[in-house]
Amino acid sequence: MGTSTENASVEQQLLSFLEERTKTPWTPDRDLFADGGLSSLFAMELVVHLESTYDIMVAGPDLQLMNFRTVNAMVAMVDRLRQAAGE
Amino acid sequence: MTSAAHEPQDRALVVLGAGVMGVGITTLALAHGVPVTLVDTAEGVLPVARGRIREGLRMAQMMGALPKDVTTGELTEVTAPAEVDWAAGPAAVIEAITEDAELKAKVLAEVAPAVTPGTPLISNTSSIPIDELAGAIGRPEDLLGTHFMNPSYLIPTVELIRGPRTGEAALRATRELLDRLRRKVIVVNDAPGFVTSRVLHPMINDAARVVEEGTASVEDVDALMRGCLGHPTGPLRTADLIGIDNLVDSLWVLYRRTGDEGCRPCELLLSKVRDGHHGRKSGRGFYTYERAM
Ligand SMILES: NC(=O)c1ccc[n+]([C@@H]2O[C@H](COP(=O)([O-])OP(=O)(O)OC[C@H]3O[C@@H](n4cnc5c(N)ncnc54)[C@H](O)[C@@H]3O)[C@@H](O)[C@H]2O)c1
Repeated sequence: MGTSTENASVEQQLLSFLEERTKTPWTPDRDLFADGGLSSLFAMELVVHLESTYDIMVAGPDLQLMNFRTVNAMVAMVDRLRQAAGE
Repeated sequence: MTSAAHEPQDRALVVLGAGVMGVGITTLALAHGVPVTLVDTAEGVLPVARGRIREGLRMAQMMGALPKDVTTGELTEVTAPAEVDWAAGPAAVIEAITEDAELKAKVLAEVAPAVTPGTPLISNTSSIPIDELAGAIGRPEDLLGTHFMNPSYLIPTVELIRGPRTGEAALRATRELLDRLRRKVIVVNDAPGFVTSRVLHPMINDAARVVEEGTASVEDVDALMRGCLGHPTGPLRTADLIGIDNLVDSLWVLYRRTGDEGCRPCELLLSKVRDGHHGRKSGRGFYTYERAM
């Protein structure tokens, strides 16, 4: 697991990113695609954003909407993929 | 390679134009195991298209739109119709080049003699009546229209346009292809803009006009159309997705053929095109995007 400080900062960065892009406030557990009403195309933007910002590659079974539904889910995935890359 | 070497399911789809739609249609076909020969004459377009197709396949996977029981088809890229392996007998040709009637007629006239009679020649035009293009080729019965929308691999329905001279064989073969691509098909008659563009494009033009007149912001127009009317993205985000340059071309086609003032592109749309703010594909339109896609 990454340190809680690292995860907290990824969380903060993602919340700011979403707020800036959607011009609405976000919480870590809000479902982006159900309550948030974001389009499926935005999901792909999120993939690209996470990959380029955190230097990870989301592929295979990780590439499913479930991993992008909430900020919490994205933080957990980024943490896991960074750990795997660092091993 | 001879045509005899190709089983029907191995026959490639030839896609002319590797812009927004060429990329989307190619992604959809590859995802369903159909090999594609993608043709674009402009310099530097094919490498960009390749990246977008790769991204599209990932996107399709993420959205559960990638069939699991199918091996992805093979992609071949060429920079001119003359370089296509026509002797292999493609399953169909789909033209998805710039929305310009003269250019489309010229390209269709160029490829028609290369394909076996009975092979569907399909135009993915947004608005140009199919019969106008049919006049340019020797076998108008082989020509018909499909209206795939963007992103083609996520949109389940396709408008199929039967021109007055379209033959049964071309219609049947195209239906079979669309079945293989697991699309739902709705057949309509020929007219400027058919159904979807005739209804949607003037509506988007009006949405832009509302912003131009200062009635509401871009975000609020889309939020109202989503929240009150159930539109999936809002008309202005849809404009970004279509490509504002292409939308304006289509509106001119509609305006010139119907005389409907509602189809004359409004100044805000024209200024976005002048400024190169073409939408998602250029990274900025009514909205800005993380990256051109
Ligand atoms: N964008 C949409 O949402 C949408 C939806 C439905 C239908 N359409 C229609 O699909 C067609 C393509 O639209 P688009 O948005 O992909 O346009 P685009 O501008 O993104 O791409 C057009 C491509 O055609 C290429 N091209 C031009 N002349 C060519 C030639 N002679 N041979 C090969 N390639 C050539 C260009 O280099 C360009 O890459 C248009 O007729 C458009 O009206 C678009």
